[in-house]
Amino acid sequence: MSPAPTEVLAPPPTRGQLFVGFFLVGISGFGGVMPHSRRVLVDQHRWITDRQFTELLSLGQTLPGPNAVNMAAILGDRFQGWPGAVLSVFALVSAPLAVVLLLAQAYAHLAHSAPLARALTGVAAAAAGLILATGGRLALRMDREVWSWTLLVLTFLAVFVGRLPLLWVLLGLGPVGVGLGWHSVRREDRAARPEAAP
Amino acid sequence: MRPSLGGLFLRFCGFSLMAVGGANALIPELHRQVVDVSQWMSSTEFASLFALAQAAPGPNMLISSLIGWKVAGIPGALVCTLGMCLPSSTLAVAAGRLWDRYRESVWRRALERGLAPLTLGLVIGAGCHLARAAGGGWRTILVALASAGLAWRSRWSPLIWLAGAALLGAAGLLS
Repeated sequence: MSPAPTEVLAPPPTRGQLFVGFFLVGISGFGGVMPHSRRVLVDQHRWITDRQFTELLSLGQTLPGPNAVNMAAILGDRFQGWPGAVLSVFALVSAPLAVVLLLAQAYAHLAHSAPLARALTGVAAAAAGLILATGGRLALRMDREVWSWTLLVLTFLAVFVGRLPLLWVLLGLGPVGVGLGWHSVRREDRAARPEAAP
Repeated sequence: MRPSLGGLFLRFCGFSLMAVGGANALIPELHRQVVDVSQWMSSTEFASLFALAQAAPGPNMLISSLIGWKVAGIPGALVCTLGMCLPSSTLAVAAGRLWDRYRESVWRRALERGLAPLTLGLVIGAGCHLARAAGGGWRTILVALASAGLAWRSRWSPLIWLAGAALLGAAGLLS
């Protein structure tokens, strides 16, 4: 394996710095904060390397829960223990929550305004497109294996066409995915180290 | 039937642990539960809340805060936000501590590789679901596709075309 790139990391952030960092991540991202958090955590603060960020991202996508919140919890804990995790999640979520509740209160007063309702229809459609682009981009980066694409399409059909409960989909296809993933990892390892094969 | 705050909290704890692939992947399930099963709001109201959540800065999970707000006001919003964050964050901290230790473990790589197609299927399903639920028929689907194309190709901030889509909608071109 090639050695890790010699990127110079900043010293581990204090609790105050964690708070400010995740506060800024929270209030500055629109349509999800992940692209923005890379800029803040890796480029500006140099708390983690780009590679660590990518690893955290894939961990966040494997774990259940909001990805950005998971990342804040993991990094907060890594640098400052569980109080750091609580602090980072609070810093990430509190300001956007306040903003969205203010918007919601305003919306409640204007709910009968037809132009506003129609404008929100437009925003919802455009935001749906952002989600599609994120999913599509990640899908193209996925391993080009028949089983993974089959699983992707099956999952899509189950939730979008079949409208099946998510729990059924996860319990039904999750173990299949992990089993196939296991098989694929083992095959790759055997191919990489032929002397280790039985 | 309005739920109690405790009931809401537990519901969202469940959602938190089902949100494999992030908050967006959860949206079709939220829609199913909140609109079809519990009938707390109409499909159009759900789409409006989603749009509001996207119009604010911050993580994608704000849709769950807004569902709580719709059902039980500000206390509901706080309870749902907490429910959405607490179980998964606890799990994430535990996994974060273990994950580095098992960097080369077959299980870790099998989990990551095996669940990736699932999460992407869920996210793309959520995008299609929302384009349909936005409620303007083929016009909103067209806007969603155009937005996806722009997000894919251009380096502009998505705020620009989110605002553009809002104007198109307000002008009555999408319904």
